[in-house]
Amino acid sequence: MIRPTLRCLPVAVVFLSIGCGGWQSALDPRSPGAATIESLWWIAFTSTGILSSLTILGLLYAVHRAHRRAAPETSRHTASREQTFILIAGVGIPTLFLIGFLTLSVRAGTAVSEHPEEATVMLEVVGHQFWWEVHYPNHGVVTANEIHIPVGEPVEVHITSADVIHSFWIPQLAPGKLDMNPGRFNTLWLFAEEAGLYRGQCTEFCGVQHAHMALLVVASPPEEFEEWLDARRGTPPEPTDPEAARGREVFLEAGCSACHAIRGVSRPRFAGNPGPDLTDLGSRSSLGALTIPNDREHLAQWILEPDRFKPGVRMPPTPLDDADLAALVRYLEGLR
Amino acid sequence: MNQRAEAHPSHERLSRVWDSPKGIWGFMTAVNHRTVGLRFMITAFIFFILAGLEAVVMRVQLALPQLGVVSPDFYNQTFTMHGSTMMFLFVVPFVEGLAIYLVPLMVGAREMAFPRLNLFGYWVFLIAGVTLYVAYLLGMAPDSGWYNYPPLTGPGFRPGAGIDFWVTMITFLEVSALVAAVEIIVTILKMRAPGMSLNRMPVFVWTMLITALMIVIAMPALVLTSLMLALDRFTGTHFFNIAAGGDPFLWQHLFWFFGHPDVYIMLLPAVGVVSMIIPVFAQRALAAYTLVVASIVIIGTLSFGVWVHHMYTVGIALVGLNFFAAASMLITIPSAIQIFSWISTIWNGSLERLTTAMLFAIGFIALFILGGITGIMIAAVPFNWQVHDTYFIVAHFHYVLVGGVVLPIFASVYFWFPKFTGRMLNERLGRWHFWLFVIGFNATFFLMHLTGLEGMPRRVYTYLPGLGWDWLNLLSTLGTFLMAFSVVLFLVNVAVSWRGGTEAGPDPWRGGSLEWATTSPPPNYNFADVPVVRGRDPLWESAGIGMDTRPPWLEELSDPSDELRESITTSVVSADAEGRAVLPGPSPWPMWLALALSVAFIGAMWTTALVPVGLALAFLALLAWHWPAGEGP
Repeated sequence: MIRPTLRCLPVAVVFLSIGCGGWQSALDPRSPGAATIESLWWIAFTSTGILSSLTILGLLYAVHRAHRRAAPETSRHTASREQTFILIAGVGIPTLFLIGFLTLSVRAGTAVSEHPEEATVMLEVVGHQFWWEVHYPNHGVVTANEIHIPVGEPVEVHITSADVIHSFWIPQLAPGKLDMNPGRFNTLWLFAEEAGLYRGQCTEFCGVQHAHMALLVVASPPEEFEEWLDARRGTPPEPTDPEAARGREVFLEAGCSACHAIRGVSRPRFAGNPGPDLTDLGSRSSLGALTIPNDREHLAQWILEPDRFKPGVRMPPTPLDDADLAALVRYLEGLR
Repeated sequence: MNQRAEAHPSHERLSRVWDSPKGIWGFMTAVNHRTVGLRFMITAFIFFILAGLEAVVMRVQLALPQLGVVSPDFYNQTFTMHGSTMMFLFVVPFVEGLAIYLVPLMVGAREMAFPRLNLFGYWVFLIAGVTLYVAYLLGMAPDSGWYNYPPLTGPGFRPGAGIDFWVTMITFLEVSALVAAVEIIVTILKMRAPGMSLNRMPVFVWTMLITALMIVIAMPALVLTSLMLALDRFTGTHFFNIAAGGDPFLWQHLFWFFGHPDVYIMLLPAVGVVSMIIPVFAQRALAAYTLVVASIVIIGTLSFGVWVHHMYTVGIALVGLNFFAAASMLITIPSAIQIFSWISTIWNGSLERLTTAMLFAIGFIALFILGGITGIMIAAVPFNWQVHDTYFIVAHFHYVLVGGVVLPIFASVYFWFPKFTGRMLNERLGRWHFWLFVIGFNATFFLMHLTGLEGMPRRVYTYLPGLGWDWLNLLSTLGTFLMAFSVVLFLVNVAVSWRGGTEAGPDPWRGGSLEWATTSPPPNYNFADVPVVRGRDPLWESAGIGMDTRPPWLEELSDPSDELRESITTSVVSADAEGRAVLPGPSPWPMWLALALSVAFIGAMWTTALVPVGLALAFLALLAWHWPAGEGP
């Protein structure tokens, strides 16, 4: 039943936050890896909470005790029993605790790093200032700022960067984050236990718009995921209505195609995919890596002045007259 | 000892020998350690206020989602300046200033080993700090974080002047830290009063010795790596350029090889301060002194083996990371030893009254424990993978650096202000300052643990509503205002008490260490008679700091026959009297040397041709500095 919501629900959730608080929360895990880490956190929280509360209570009691005993002058010299106390409380107990906690930590680390020999779905994500390029190399599908994965299947993600260091983090679906280093590949595994929308965000400061570099993960039942892939495999159909056809001309003439690819229409003139592939733009929920909703008005304003929503974004403003703009928007929203 | 310095028969002659010039000329040339130390502390505190204002700007911008109080670019400059200022322009210089002021007094010396080097360090610090802030005022401040990772900071992505200011001025600042460190080490090892063997040294002096040694080992890594980045930017080398075979990981390793020890460079002096304050108010010697000193040495050593815990998410094999996790967790043990030593000292002592200094020390212990336990958590590799670079980390290190360092710094001011000025700070205002600061601090930072776990990354200038972060951020912002207001109370207190506070007398707290044996403020020669030490807390020893077993030439020090500044030198371990050192007096050349070097450092941003010019001028200044005075030894 995800299908009809694919377009509407994300927009609602991303920007109106309908009942979906905490969808970037490490405390609401939806994958075994993230859940293992969450339980490690609760163990750490409880055990250190008890130990530190006892220590602080001891400190406060010591202050209270010494305060009461102000008048009689005690000896200034320390006693050897103090050393014994310090060795027990400061060396003995922490050592026992640390051995236990380190063991749990190493085991959790090993557990969450385990993954199947072969993935059913493999994808590649390339970080850019300030958006995400997403490839499904085995399926020939390219998109941006949204990842679609099947529920209940481990997904292998290869990550790298086209420019500076970014960091890939989907708190609910993966055991933590991993850096996207230019010139190197890192691998992590996503797993969604239930269908739904999940949010991720860049977690390595990557420049002026680091704050607006977010990512949407759509987890759907495998058959719907396959449908989603199939819908993107070929070349998008030729625009049928004349306004959209005019929009395609505008896209090519106004310089958009220098940076943006649309399968079967344009390939970026500049190396390294400076802008997102727009082949399925119409089906995405947001513009500017989850900066604003992807609807007609926002898309038009974004084309004219992307800087207004995302100051410092690499996309330049594109001055267009009303008719051209309307045609371009018409064409772009039809791409899905 | 003597209540009034004037009472000593040699007061006038000593005072003349150690006199500093007055006025502007005095400002440029005076080398006395107390003058330079105080100047370091005051200048550093001004930077603290600036960094605090930057924090307020950031918190206002983050109070509600999608605010536009400041531009993203300005926000990024602001968080970069906040971090860089707190680390490089406040904590380290303040602590150095405190040590420059107190170490000679605590070890019973008249001056530091290299007084002119001291002054040079101050000028370098001042020039570098002011230059960074001029850049900020011009909107050209660095904007890529205090850790300045390439390739974002490389010439390809950040061609502007901002990062140039960072690489040159931070390198320049390290020169200041390094000369202060060298000087602190030599002063501690060679100029202690006779009888103050290493096992009798005050704990603050121990922490400063270890801190200074750590600076000498850690800072060159930062100097080296920022020099490499400067070369990448100014001359087109490719140390960090992937396309040309360079590697940004090189930066990360070198930076954190400095960066993690730097945390303890800031923390150790703070725990040293607390280890001085608690015994005085509990009127009881520090429990398990030897264990505490051993812990300090162990922390200093371990801190060089944990830097990779800043890099868990880079993509290093888990087996390797687990070793760094174990090493990081080990630091718990020496920290716990100190915590239980303080608790034991209080437990067995008698607190006549809870002074503001003591309140700050107690507050420190509690917050340091909280910062410590989150430290254990984030040392665990998988947990770190989730919370790395989120507000959880922001919360953690503010507990360590505000709770663990700024609280002791406030404690140190309340405790030694009487020594610096001869006046007491107002206790009533002090209590308001303490409680508002601690409540505001916890409101701001305790919630940030949750903000981070709920997924909010660090270094974002804004966020969308509906992620569960809104109320957390609003409360954090309100807490910040409470902290800021309490600091205003502190400033008022200092301003009013400096002249109008109650007279302190030489020893208002019944202290045990040597700085309490001289007047407040001390005369410009510190001690007329060289003290002879017979225990860990010399003023608490029944035998006092008496004068029986003194070699005859020691007497001459208190009765100078000519115009030489003399202090005693002693052996490294047992502090047996060895000889007397003649120390230099006021000189304008340290300032000229600092200015000449700043031609090289600042000039490099415009053209590398100015580097040799600056170095040539520096050579001339050094020549003049060391030109033989003609007569004398």
